[in-house]
Amino acid sequence: MARNNELWLSGNEAIALGAFEAGVKVASGYPGTPSTEILENLSKYEGVYTEWAPNEKVGIEVAIGSSFAGVRVLSTMKHVGMNVAADPLFTASYTGGRAGLVIINADDPEMHSSQNEQDNRNYAFAAKVPMLEPSDPAEAKEFVKLAFDISEEFDVPVIVRTTTRIAHVKGLVAEGEMLKSGVEPGIEKMPAKFVMLPGNARNRRKVIAERQQKLETFAETFAYNKIEMADVKIGIITSGISYLYVKEAFPEASVLKLGMVYPFPKLMISDFASKVDELFIVEELDPFIETHVKAMGIKCTGKEIVPAIGELNSFILKKAFQKESPALFSPEELPLRPPNMCAGCPHRGLFYSLKKLKVFVSGDIGCYTLGFLPPLSAMDSCVCMGASIGIAHGMEKALGLEAKGKVVAVLGDSTFFHSGLTGLVNVVYNKGCSTVVILDNRITGMTGHQHNPASGQTLMGEPTHSIDIKNLCHALGVKHVVEVNPHHLGETETALKEAIEFDGPSVVITKSPCVLLPEEKRRVKQPYTIDPKSCTGCKSCLRLGCPALNWVPVTEQQARELGFKEKQKGYTRISEMCNGCGQCAQLCKFEAITRAGEESA
Amino acid sequence: MKAAGNILFCGVGGQGILLASEVTAYALLEEGLDAKKSEVHGMAQRGGSVVANLRFGAKVYSPLIDPGQADYVVAFEMMEAARYLPFMHPGTKVVVNTHTIAPPVVATGNAIYPDRLIDLIEANGIYVLPVNGFEIAKGVGEIRAANIALVGALSAYLPVAEETFVKVMKDKLPAKILDLNLKAFAAGRKAALA
Repeated sequence: MARNNELWLSGNEAIALGAFEAGVKVASGYPGTPSTEILENLSKYEGVYTEWAPNEKVGIEVAIGSSFAGVRVLSTMKHVGMNVAADPLFTASYTGGRAGLVIINADDPEMHSSQNEQDNRNYAFAAKVPMLEPSDPAEAKEFVKLAFDISEEFDVPVIVRTTTRIAHVKGLVAEGEMLKSGVEPGIEKMPAKFVMLPGNARNRRKVIAERQQKLETFAETFAYNKIEMADVKIGIITSGISYLYVKEAFPEASVLKLGMVYPFPKLMISDFASKVDELFIVEELDPFIETHVKAMGIKCTGKEIVPAIGELNSFILKKAFQKESPALFSPEELPLRPPNMCAGCPHRGLFYSLKKLKVFVSGDIGCYTLGFLPPLSAMDSCVCMGASIGIAHGMEKALGLEAKGKVVAVLGDSTFFHSGLTGLVNVVYNKGCSTVVILDNRITGMTGHQHNPASGQTLMGEPTHSIDIKNLCHALGVKHVVEVNPHHLGETETALKEAIEFDGPSVVITKSPCVLLPEEKRRVKQPYTIDPKSCTGCKSCLRLGCPALNWVPVTEQQARELGFKEKQKGYTRISEMCNGCGQCAQLCKFEAITRAGEESA
Repeated sequence: MKAAGNILFCGVGGQGILLASEVTAYALLEEGLDAKKSEVHGMAQRGGSVVANLRFGAKVYSPLIDPGQADYVVAFEMMEAARYLPFMHPGTKVVVNTHTIAPPVVATGNAIYPDRLIDLIEANGIYVLPVNGFEIAKGVGEIRAANIALVGALSAYLPVAEETFVKVMKDKLPAKILDLNLKAFAAGRKAALA
């Protein structure tokens, strides 16, 4: 869509375009909301190799390799992925590279789809690497291109930080010119720079300190650190999405907008502070800019009035600054609508069975984390990607025989490859007896269907070897490995019981594809129906929490009219959402649930 | 009509809210306006309460609509319309799909789906247009076209020509589903102008 030759792009689409225009040839990352669509979009550009790495650490390592080989490279991840990738990141700061290395880090203030709310600007400070922070899709594209130039000029990985309100905001973006790296691709041996043994690293540490000085000088003239002078009564230092909220709430204020949030343009900040009557810092999450400004001995107000939790918006800012805002309608008390596993989701059958067994379920990150919610309520912990197995093992080691058969780890196929593998290796090696359930739905579900090492296809759409999870577990030394279809509730329960009772580590692989996969959506469904005459209103089927099942309450009179027993309070109805998985029919003792066309008993 | 405004789309994950907001955004851009749209992906899309913010005008800064600042609300589900009451103001125009989807607590028989939701919004002096998007969509032969029927109803209030919407749909929608969506759009628009 063009408007004055502009494109209407999301921040993530704009970043992909920026990487393409910057001459990126390789990109590696791991899907994670809100970063996922960057690589999906970049994979569509001609001449760019893109891949899903099994985790973010591998993604950055691949990026370091491409940079060493003299090729511009992008690595993408969400904020918690940066924790996984921190090890190579901190040393990549020491090695630098040859061609530009840019890392996109997507933070999720407000935790729309995350397990914590961390402010990854702190990583730039800790790893001593520059960080750029765009305010909208147009800047996101521009900043990615600038980041490659900075990376090569200063021999440093550069992080571009987005947040949900950049990544998943759409705005107008102009196409730009194609750039090229000044570095020639090829193998060049530079051991003093690339081999980080203590002797070399100590030398590099000094180089990093000099680089830091140079970057601070550069920040003073960086075109996207800019002062917009207006009314001098209020001066606001801000960056990223917060800049837009400031412009909306205080169009009259003077603003210093930091396009580079680390390192800081200290002279510019002092100069701006001296020109305004009162200085404020407006930033989401941590007092990152504020702490550094205060450390410079400059008086300012920040988190004293601006919330440090969750997203900001112009309304919150007006309130914080005690600016008048209109009266609002008060919210109504309504039933909440949390997310839920889809109708026909194979995970539901597993969690139903786990609940019956009353075990402690050590969970993990994915769609299946929703097994925590009622009525299934069958997840008892969830910490980070791959943690389920380590936590189960830790509980068993802490409690000894007391925990035997009472703890089960649950994680998805993609999460298993991300960082569950090492947890399972640990269980086998250290003589644990955990039961691990791997929910193999052939795809990375929650982020919207990215392929993984078990799904048989690459990000570029090429067929590839599909790693056999069962054989892999055997190879690691797990003696009891079984596969089961989680839609078959009885078999699933039996498989779980046998695995739990097995003396030693055991793995149950639940195999059934995600119902949202295109081939599953195309499949002709045979939906189920409920015969109200046979339904006794026992609510057994409702314990699945399937969105296709709805309780219909009836009054005493309606019950009489419908021919129900006097005390029957209602019946279940199956909506058009039914996927025909048949889990509910297995729970109905009265044979009221049948496939369309089949006879009710 | 003022050529600036805030449109809040809300409903349940999976109802086609992103496509509806996308078609509307393209129509506004086609009219030469600036626009920004904010969505939330990931976990919330799994059947949860979903919202998209679309702001338009000569120049748009923030992608988020502040409480009390939504000029138009397009609700794909009745209860979701009421949930966003604090984002409305007395002049807000609300297009509501009369379709209901029970949230888990209601579907499992542990709460009652609230009734008189439209009255509740109107009691605040807000204009509400109920649209049976489901019936319109069934009428054109594809229940998934309810989202475009609601865009049709919304279009009656926006500073955008009908032909602009039609052009945008022709440009953006796959040929296979274009015809039925054009019909759904027209039926929705007619419902608003009736």
